[in-house]
Amino acid sequence: MLSARRVRAIARKEWIQLRRDRRSMLLAFGLPVLMLLFFGYAISWDVRDLRLALLDEDGGRRSRELVEAFEASGYFRVTEQLTAPSDVDPLLDHGRINAALLIPPGFTRDLAAGRPAPVQLLLDGADANTATIALNYAEAIVAGYSRRVLLRGAIMEPPVALDARVWYNPTLESRNMIVPGLIAVIMSIIAAMLTALTIAREWERGTMEQLASTPVHRLEVVFGKLIPYILIGIADVTMAVAAGILVFDVPLRGNLLLLAALTVLFLIGALGLGMFISAALRSQVLATQVAMVVTYLPALLLSGFLFDIDSMPAALRAVTYVIPARYYIDVTRGVFLKGVGLEALWVQALSMLLFAVGGLGLAAANFRKRIA
Amino acid sequence: MEPAVAARDLTRRFGDFTAVDRVDFSVATGEVFGFLGPNGAGKTTTIRMLTGLLRPTSGTARVAGLDVAADPGLLRRRIGYMSQRFSLYGDLTVRENIELFAGLFGVRGDRLAARTAWLLDMAELAGGESRLTAELPLGFKQRLALGCAMLHEPPILFLDEPTSGVDPIARRRFWDLIHELAAGGTTVLVSTHYMEEAEHCRRVILMNRGRLIAQGAPADLRAGMAEPIYEIETGDAAAAAAALAQRPGVIEASLFGRAVHLVVEADPRSEEIVRAAVTAAGEDATRVRRIAPSLEDVFVALVRREGGAVAG
Repeated sequence: MLSARRVRAIARKEWIQLRRDRRSMLLAFGLPVLMLLFFGYAISWDVRDLRLALLDEDGGRRSRELVEAFEASGYFRVTEQLTAPSDVDPLLDHGRINAALLIPPGFTRDLAAGRPAPVQLLLDGADANTATIALNYAEAIVAGYSRRVLLRGAIMEPPVALDARVWYNPTLESRNMIVPGLIAVIMSIIAAMLTALTIAREWERGTMEQLASTPVHRLEVVFGKLIPYILIGIADVTMAVAAGILVFDVPLRGNLLLLAALTVLFLIGALGLGMFISAALRSQVLATQVAMVVTYLPALLLSGFLFDIDSMPAALRAVTYVIPARYYIDVTRGVFLKGVGLEALWVQALSMLLFAVGGLGLAAANFRKRIA
Repeated sequence: MEPAVAARDLTRRFGDFTAVDRVDFSVATGEVFGFLGPNGAGKTTTIRMLTGLLRPTSGTARVAGLDVAADPGLLRRRIGYMSQRFSLYGDLTVRENIELFAGLFGVRGDRLAARTAWLLDMAELAGGESRLTAELPLGFKQRLALGCAMLHEPPILFLDEPTSGVDPIARRRFWDLIHELAAGGTTVLVSTHYMEEAEHCRRVILMNRGRLIAQGAPADLRAGMAEPIYEIETGDAAAAAAALAQRPGVIEASLFGRAVHLVVEADPRSEEIVRAAVTAAGEDATRVRRIAPSLEDVFVALVRREGGAVAG
């Protein structure tokens, strides 16, 4: 029979120990702040103010209009005025510019005569992601300008018009994607790291043997140890959500209570995983390292935080199903950006419930009170 | 009446290594019972099996009327256990440790208050309740650990090397506590590698390399040693010991301060043999007398008789 009193005795002891352990407290509260600031400010997929070198060999009215169109878009900023095509290479080589726009002589004249008037765009493809985005922007700018030239200022609707509207993140701010996802990544790591220490420490210090000689059941130890860490996890998520709203201006559209409830579900699984590692390895150093490896990279790379899961190879995509962060990311992004409720997140909720039960089960199964 | 503890053919193997080999003994209620032997003799493994921390490979043990393999939860309510290593929480205060173990043993309310008062008095920790346990001197730590193991007033108490590393005064104080508990009706099983501490026990078992080599009251074990021991005082004890060790009939010659202790083969005329040996060795002995063997002498003799080496 499990006893609430024994669970409470373990929880209380764990809480006191945690409070007095500077390393754990730093991990619990310092690391999330650091990661939030680091990732929140450092990662951005938004391409703005690309440095553009301009070689305008035409110098006519039309070429000036095209350059204005580039600058007005906000995506490009002319930082260099060139005089010869040979100037482009060294600038690209040294990374001083992201792209170069070459307008040949006769551009204005060709347009006036109704002839095709090609311009050349040279891109730094070393960063393929930025280059692709820059190319798309440039094509859109040139296409828009071409239409203006064709219509010669006349107001006329094009036969087919695309009226695109981006939902959930209308300004396409990557920060709005990153911050909610980041909460899931941070909590995956913190949760497993925090509990990775807890059982290994008891083995290393010999306190496990004294604990083992009492009538306490292993499930009581697992539950008792879980409680303080859930409280810390909730504090961390609260802090991260507040920072997301107040510091990073991410809109919160959904229900905070739903987010809290699903967060607890996720935390139980992630904390259970850490405890399982701790119980299985019985060494604080080893358990911390393993917890770091099995949570950090998968949460970062395979959760959909950095890379879209749907565009992963099938084998890798299959792996993502066992990464709890994958589901929690859907929850944080869904609640933050889409304002969706349980009707849209029940699959994620069920998956996380499965992880919670599995994590705790593994922890309890590997937590042997017997010495051998 | 059923004995408090009864082990039958108790065996524990770790792979190829047999840590405890078919050990048989029983402990009567209210006894102070000692496990003696060098480090590695199997004392700790035996105690771990008796406390349900380790499953026996074969054989059985009944403790407080329960089979140790059957219901560890129930067993732990009836026993107290203090492990070899100090194993309370160093980062908790004295009071927090007491409250933790009280919570785990289900001691609460008036009983908790009474047991806490008893513990603080016994461990001489009154006024130090809010000190961090890690900062206490070792003697106090040990007494606090004993108190935490006794919070639920178990009828049987297991102490694994409780006095190792503790200074002599704290050790004596600890043995006083053990006798007080025994006087109150608690059965105490205690292991030690200090042979002289065996005198505190009513009965002991001697263990070596996992085997039980003798059991009984310390005085009986000493009286039962067949080979007599003589103490020889002479000018140059070291040279005398070396010379005497070569004489026929001498089993062992060892230095004891400025005297030589000589273990010789059992013989009614052993004293004459010893005096002859001393003369033959060219030593001018000032004094030769037969002395009572210590438990250590008994232990060494028993191991020697088995032709084995002493573990540890």
